[in-house]
Amino acid sequence: MKTVNVKFAGLGGTGVLKASDVLAELTFELGYDVKKAEVHGMSQRGGSIASDVRFGESVDSPMIPDGESDYLVVFAKDQIPVNEAYLKKGGILLTPKDIDISKLPSEKTLNVAMLGKLSTYFDFPVVQWQTALKKLFAEKFHEGNEKAFFIGRGEK
Amino acid sequence: MPAFNPNAQRMLISGNEALALSMLHCNVQVAAGYPGTPSSEILENYSEIGGFAQWCPNEKVAAEVALGAAFGHARSVVTMKHVGLNVASDTLYTATYTGVQGGMVWIVADDPGQGSSQNEQDTRNHAKASVCPMFEPSNSQDAYDMLRLAFKTSERFNIPVILRMTTRVDHSKSIVIPAQDRLDALVPDFVRDIPARVMVPGYAKPAGRRLRAKMETLEKWNVEEGPNVIEMRSPDLGIITAGICYHHVREASPEASTLKLGMTYPLPMETIRKFAGSVKRLVVIEENDPWLAENLRAAGIPVESKYDPIFRFGEMDVNRIKRILAGDKSPDPVPVKGKAPALCEGCPHRSSFAVLKELDCIVSGDIGCYTLAALPPFSSMDMMVDMGAAIGMGIGLRQVLPREQAKRVVSVIGDSTFVHSGITGLVQMAYNKPETGHVVIILDNSITAMTGQQEHPGTGRKLDHSPTYKLDYGEIAKACGIPNVVVVNPVKDTDGLKKAVQEALAKDELTLIIAKSPCILALKSILAWEKANKEMLEKETQK
Repeated sequence: MKTVNVKFAGLGGTGVLKASDVLAELTFELGYDVKKAEVHGMSQRGGSIASDVRFGESVDSPMIPDGESDYLVVFAKDQIPVNEAYLKKGGILLTPKDIDISKLPSEKTLNVAMLGKLSTYFDFPVVQWQTALKKLFAEKFHEGNEKAFFIGRGEK
Repeated sequence: MPAFNPNAQRMLISGNEALALSMLHCNVQVAAGYPGTPSSEILENYSEIGGFAQWCPNEKVAAEVALGAAFGHARSVVTMKHVGLNVASDTLYTATYTGVQGGMVWIVADDPGQGSSQNEQDTRNHAKASVCPMFEPSNSQDAYDMLRLAFKTSERFNIPVILRMTTRVDHSKSIVIPAQDRLDALVPDFVRDIPARVMVPGYAKPAGRRLRAKMETLEKWNVEEGPNVIEMRSPDLGIITAGICYHHVREASPEASTLKLGMTYPLPMETIRKFAGSVKRLVVIEENDPWLAENLRAAGIPVESKYDPIFRFGEMDVNRIKRILAGDKSPDPVPVKGKAPALCEGCPHRSSFAVLKELDCIVSGDIGCYTLAALPPFSSMDMMVDMGAAIGMGIGLRQVLPREQAKRVVSVIGDSTFVHSGITGLVQMAYNKPETGHVVIILDNSITAMTGQQEHPGTGRKLDHSPTYKLDYGEIAKACGIPNVVVVNPVKDTDGLKKAVQEALAKDELTLIIAKSPCILALKSILAWEKANKEMLEKETQK
């Protein structure tokens, strides 16, 4: 199986790292080889931030080379130009425009809604996404996350 | 709650988490450090999964604590970022002479590409200069395995060992399958051996010779048993590499034969010669300094290497390696500029720098979140070099500038940075007082904020947030000979701060202003830790 590359991007504090953790955890539990890369530090102070998730039979570098992202999931519109070069020709760009934000239980759940949208491109069982989300978020967020996830999938 | 389950049989964890787990499985008795991206999470994770970890005032003290423990036949770890090793190098360069009786590993994290650092220095230079054996893991499993091997090496050869990490190994997640067995705990015991541990010249001279002899033995061991892996594929191209670059190489050139070096000092020259002889074209792929390339050439092994005017800067990646192999010397594609980080909304530093900007101060700055005040809209920090430098540089400026400029100089330093390296600056300030006096402002947000909200001696809480003695900056200043100490809240009383700075600048005296207001991101946690500690104290007094 060819390695699948998913790049998450946004601004510090918008849940970029959390979203990438969810996909990494999910694909890890499904038995894939998984690597995940991110940069901490200065970038957490509201600046641009991105995280790479790569999964498949065997993954080499943890960083997605330019022009090789199968999916680019961007949480802030102004971060599209910053990350566009990573998307491969014919790759899929997901942005907040793909979500009916007015329906979300809170602005904070946008990252989970984007994961919901992303989930429609894969055959992974929805329950597995739910399990990964529950594992990575504190219990008080579970209800809102579930709602946001299905809104992202276009099922609510 | 730890970020991962330490009891799982297979886990997806970061390099820093893998190190913490390995420390637990190696029965590390003392772990000390000072926070610094990308190394900070190692000790935090170790504490969360049950290990004994401590933050120290700075890397030098941390290294000395770990060295003392290893003199006492314990297993110890010290963690730091690359520039932290500059602070602790005084310890390292002679600890290799003394050697250790237990096991001691220096985990040093480099930051190629300078994601969060003031320079891009390469720890491999320190390893060679201090004559300290060095391992370089490439991913989380390697980090887990090599820490154990580093301890075995340290204990077998009685020498401290460096485990060189890089940002991508620290912070990338990959799969780890932990070992089934554990290293037996060492039993601490002091055995007197004065000539081995007192480095007066009479004892140090033979120790230096012993150290070099040890390196010869270690190189032989590295050739015979070291963690270096030759993978023969095409004989047309052979690549020598180490660390994260190995994984980039595998992707950039899947056909190439590879020699992945796990122990890079002392280098296994015989292994390298063998590999060199088995391929037609030999290329070294490494990040930052041309360290491997230069060492191999010095040993008479001709290698191709990256074009340094371009590729010695920044992180290595798959595309860059493809270009290096193709001999492409054109500049890197210019990435679209992202949004720069900024001081958080509600950050107390905002108020402090608004005052300094308004008063047109010449600001001798330091390292922390507040360094962001050098960027617009504040643009009110004029220099930042290293931890604690704010005070010394401010004094130097005051000593030479014309009076009307000297009177505008203010040294600005964070609370954690002040404890790290600022106290000696205060001593100097009183000892060699500039004619115009001087003003130091401690921006006290009551946490080590930039690296992710770690405790320090000024918070009154230990690494695990339990209570301990709380350092009083004002008392320190008075003891150093600073007559004026002002404490002011820069958010609630911004005018008060302005007045305090104005008054201090007007006098030809020494003043310490403590601008105290907690980090807005840490506030909730600080209140929760304080509450928990208060409740614990109440329970104890009831007993």
